[in-house]
Amino acid sequence: MLYVILLSMLSLKEKDRPVVRKLLCAGCCVRCVLRFCCVGISSAYRRSYQDIHKELLAFVIEENSPSDDVKTDEPPNKRIRVEEDCVTPAETETETDSDICPVCLGVLQDFCDSTFAKQVSDAVKKQQYEFDSLVLTVSLPAQLSVREHSCWLHVKKEVREKSMCLGKDDVIQVKDAFKWAVQGKIGQELGAAVLANSPCEVSVGFVHPETEEDCHFLANTCPGCFKPTKNKASIFTRMAVVKALEKISDEKFSKHYPCPPKKPNTGCTALDTTCLHTSVFIAGRYNKFSRELPQTPWVIDGERRMDGSVEELIAAPLLSSFRADGFNFSSSGREDVDVRTLGNGRPFALELLNPHRSKFNRTEIKQLQETINQSSDKISVRYLQIVTREATSRMKEGEEEKTKTYSALIWTQKAIEDTDLEFLGNIKDLKIAQKTPLRVLHRRPLAVRQRLIHSMSAVYLDTHHFTLKLCTQAGTYIKEFVHGDFGRTKPNLCDLMKTEADILELDVESVDIDWPPAIPD
Amino acid sequence: MEDSEKKAPSVIDRYFTRWYRTDLKGKVCEDHCILQHSNRICVITLAESHPILQNGRKIKNINYQISDGCSRLNNKVSGKSKRGGQFLTEFSPLCRITCTDEQEYTIFSCIRGRLLEVNEAILNKPDLLLEKPSTEGYVAVILPKFEESKSITEGLLTREQYEEVLMKRNQQEEPC
Ligand SMILES: [Zn+2]
Repeated sequence: MLYVILLSMLSLKEKDRPVVRKLLCAGCCVRCVLRFCCVGISSAYRRSYQDIHKELLAFVIEENSPSDDVKTDEPPNKRIRVEEDCVTPAETETETDSDICPVCLGVLQDFCDSTFAKQVSDAVKKQQYEFDSLVLTVSLPAQLSVREHSCWLHVKKEVREKSMCLGKDDVIQVKDAFKWAVQGKIGQELGAAVLANSPCEVSVGFVHPETEEDCHFLANTCPGCFKPTKNKASIFTRMAVVKALEKISDEKFSKHYPCPPKKPNTGCTALDTTCLHTSVFIAGRYNKFSRELPQTPWVIDGERRMDGSVEELIAAPLLSSFRADGFNFSSSGREDVDVRTLGNGRPFALELLNPHRSKFNRTEIKQLQETINQSSDKISVRYLQIVTREATSRMKEGEEEKTKTYSALIWTQKAIEDTDLEFLGNIKDLKIAQKTPLRVLHRRPLAVRQRLIHSMSAVYLDTHHFTLKLCTQAGTYIKEFVHGDFGRTKPNLCDLMKTEADILELDVESVDIDWPPAIPD
Repeated sequence: MEDSEKKAPSVIDRYFTRWYRTDLKGKVCEDHCILQHSNRICVITLAESHPILQNGRKIKNINYQISDGCSRLNNKVSGKSKRGGQFLTEFSPLCRITCTDEQEYTIFSCIRGRLLEVNEAILNKPDLLLEKPSTEGYVAVILPKFEESKSITEGLLTREQYEEVLMKRNQQEEPC
């Protein structure tokens, strides 16, 4: 009767028996036993440790009942002896032995109970995320792969006898067994669904300093697998260890490392639970009405040159509403500190890092836009909306081919008349060659770029001033086109007008990029 | 509107600081002007008091080949960090200018830094150097090391100090 129940609850087959026995003898925990029996039913791992333990013992004993009609070539008395040796409480074994599993180093023992699930949930709750789903990620000590390999070699023969087609890959991974055991409990505590994919990632990690040296012999057997990397503290990364284990022969491995792995004295230590929500992207168009406002904070020699910036004015209300850790601002081109951006504004996108709240409806976003607009008269924002990461690339797409229109206040050294300006309106698609302007040459490569001035028109103001409207290819440096930048932009407005000329004010009138989509009021 | 001509500050006034080095290598009146942008980049030009710019002199030849093995025209920089640019010290020659009266003058770097470019436009149009010595007639663009962006100008004269030098010269009435 009991035998039937066992088969259904843990889904163990008759041929698992030698595997189970061998693993229990090696001191493996019951969940590791299930793993190496390739039990792929998640509910089996969720049951309490004591329940699984009880049933596994019964399963091994059941075999010896006279009613068992399964053939076996071992005499019954030998089998019983094996059980008495191994499947007995730890106290009766040698004193130094602990009950920590030598394969998972305790990860599938105490850490699978509801106390640990509660501990993880509490750490998440403390950070006050608003989410309805999460994904659990687990990081394990690299040496667990060595121990897993050792255990695999130990029972390989028995597993293969069960079914020829089973291999190391069919063994359930510690990671998966751990997730199956606890993630439901964590989800329940947090009232969120635990999915394979979710923007909200809860990470737990384990370390086991006692056995760190397990991996070291691999550096001699496969030196090519372990190359020092800049950001890693140790060369024994999980990836490198797995790679080295793929290359090593079974004989060589057994020579350097015991099979099954030795029991440790201590179990793993859990690292602090961390939470990370994927970025939320917000896009819109902005106007800049000030000639004393940089787009991004202006810092020279570690000192701020001006108060505020476009990105900070836009980001501040968003950061606090989304409760994000930080942001990255990007835009379709940029204007200088002293340049205004008028008209329909310039497209921008803001990546909000690790937002603790990410769901906002249209009305709420509209209110946020209102908050930004009321916070300062130096900027304003329109078409504010949540977009995908992929969509933000449309802002930069074809940036070079797009056109921009400008309005510039020009001073000329030579006295001018209305009629001196007429010829400018007749110039179409003027090709100019611009060397990287001196003002940005310290941070950009030196190059000569061909640009097009599509059209110009002039409005006469007085004998030394006029307004020049320009429609140009994006990426044209307007100031340099006007004053010539030591003759490094050719031809320039001075050449065209045969006088020294300078630009006193510049406004961007339009940025011809149709993204993000307009939102009607 | 006549006075707006004087009032309007030029691009140089707005973004550059003028520095001077006079009597280069002890040669009387061979003054150079260094325009330093607020981003530390320097443009090397002839000071208005340089002999080449006096008495309606004409230029016969400008030569960037400063030695058998080194031509400033071969200077190439690549990337944001301007790799490959020739490194110059204060007394590195940039070019030699011969006037129609066979007088030859050497123009020097005046500051330490990486050569970014020399002005090739003056090769075809030497008059640029005579007509617009401080703008289109510049000689070279140099990028000082970031950590030397302040110290490179320490040995140079300010505009006021330069003007004092010119005043004293006029009192001594030593013709250039
Ligand atoms: Zn285990």
